[in-house]
Amino acid sequence: MIARIITLFAALGVLAACETAPNTSGDAAGTGASSSTSSSSSSADSSGSGSEQMTITDELIEIGDRVLFGFDSYELTNEAKSTLAKQASFLAANPSVRITIEGHCDERGTREYNLALGESRASATRDYLVAQGVNPARIKIISYGKERPAVIGSNEDAWRYNRRAVSVIN
Amino acid sequence: MMCSSVVMGAKMERTWALARVSALATLIGLIFSALVSTLALAQSNDVITITEGNVEPSPIAITDFIGPDGQASEIGREIAGIISDDLEGSGLFRPLSQAAFFNPPQDASVAPDFADWRPIGADALLIGSAYYNAENMIEVEFYLWDVLRGELIAAGSGSVSEIGKRRISHQIADVVYKKWTGDDGYFDTRIVYVAESGPPEKRIKRLAIMDQDGHNHIFLTDGGSLVLTPRFSQEVQEIAYLNYFNDNPNVYLLDIQSAKSELLGSFPGMSFAPRFSYDGKSLIMSLARSGVTNIFVMDLSTRQTKQLTNTPFIDTSPSFSPDDQQIVFNSDRSGSQQLYVMNRDGSNVRRISRGKGRYATPVWSPRGDIVAFTKMYKGEFYIGVMNSDGSGERLLAKGFLVEGPTWAPNGRVLMYFKQNPTNSDGSGGESYLYRIDITGFNERRIITPEGASDPAWSPFLP
Repeated sequence: MIARIITLFAALGVLAACETAPNTSGDAAGTGASSSTSSSSSSADSSGSGSEQMTITDELIEIGDRVLFGFDSYELTNEAKSTLAKQASFLAANPSVRITIEGHCDERGTREYNLALGESRASATRDYLVAQGVNPARIKIISYGKERPAVIGSNEDAWRYNRRAVSVIN
Repeated sequence: MMCSSVVMGAKMERTWALARVSALATLIGLIFSALVSTLALAQSNDVITITEGNVEPSPIAITDFIGPDGQASEIGREIAGIISDDLEGSGLFRPLSQAAFFNPPQDASVAPDFADWRPIGADALLIGSAYYNAENMIEVEFYLWDVLRGELIAAGSGSVSEIGKRRISHQIADVVYKKWTGDDGYFDTRIVYVAESGPPEKRIKRLAIMDQDGHNHIFLTDGGSLVLTPRFSQEVQEIAYLNYFNDNPNVYLLDIQSAKSELLGSFPGMSFAPRFSYDGKSLIMSLARSGVTNIFVMDLSTRQTKQLTNTPFIDTSPSFSPDDQQIVFNSDRSGSQQLYVMNRDGSNVRRISRGKGRYATPVWSPRGDIVAFTKMYKGEFYIGVMNSDGSGERLLAKGFLVEGPTWAPNGRVLMYFKQNPTNSDGSGGESYLYRIDITGFNERRIITPEGASDPAWSPFLP
């Protein structure tokens, strides 16, 4: 369990880098994280042992497989749009890949409303990818509401990362 | 994956006849007096008031039911214990210690000597007999006496197989509750809910059903797919719920007897938030598609659906009024979650929630124009009730997360679930069922084998 949580936070670190990279702030965190992205990317390329599926999945995670939302919102932020532009390029470069977009919420809402909100988040994410030229037939969406948190904990940090839409390769 | 191994053997051979002793019966009105006090919790400049009732419970003497030999029988002790637990658990009765009884009856059908019962402070006296007959059926008889007036209030007899012993006990407790409070009892009812186990990020959720006191617990699904929000039909044998079978979340109907589930129509998008109409002919639910969630009603005989709301917002959690003429629901059309009422055809939509915060999960009382709801305000969750025109809001329970009230069929008790905060190491986060009197007193946990959420209270059982 602890190992898994650490892995998850590592992935989130990459995610945060992807979200901050488009900004011109150029702070130390962004620089450090982007270098870690390129290094792990090259290690993925050089490792011949993993299956191709794993490599593609790793690649999607590295460019940013998820976008985050504000509280009770399904509006895509500029950071989210930037991530989705990369996802669209990734999908263009991998035309056989089909994805499911999972819409999720934090635990600070009621179950049924969150199911709807998760659907709105997944839909907004899909719509943006489609607007970037991705064939809608390649995208399935599903809402999990508050049922599948990515980060465990009842605090703002966890809730921030749980308000998300995640693209998962089928 | 539906679980097929569940057997709901609730078919009781029941020859239950409640003999109303009309000549003697005196309906005692509301003996207990609900003294409602209010506890104000100041939060910065806002004041949130939780209603906390205080009730003086009625003292009642419940003797162990006796066998043909005039002595307490083992089954008689068991039945008296179930009745006593029911009445005590309601918060409206205080069963007296049997150690104080001077002269327990040796013939239940003979009027007791009230001089034996008045000194120990009993307002009510319940005596009875219970024993196995030659066919191994349990013969049960009971007499409820008003000790102060020296009058018989109710009496009845019945015959049940072993499997029916808890149920007949609940039915006797219901008679006592009704005679003493004027309200129908809720002890002979059941709860369907979601049993939870495993870590938060991949919680296993199974439908389970149990008596309202937690006994006769049975799992209805095997955890192979995520299931949420079960709701009883008025016919009791059917449950509508959300199932993520094959990663396609949709509303299913579960037949309790056969434990078989059936997909309720195929829609573009996700169907969820089901509830039956009171006449059992329709099911109302939400459909989410392309970022928009609206409310639809389905005729259960033709399976035809009709769209009731058509907005670019989230409209969900619909619930019928007891006459099926109106629907209360949750919408964020004003910018945040609020409660709305519309006519059953979708016309005449009006907002009813007017307080501060967000409102969700409205459920119309089976008894009248009251709506129970979940409220979120300043980082806290509340369970509350308001009149269906939005007036008279009262908050009954509060917590880090309290959600999803469901009404006992007598409209007097609410059940909901309460979840604790989760720690970063994955500990905490427990979720359990609680019930509370709508005067805001007597909050009690329902003991379940594992974590629990999404309770739904059955109607009165046939």
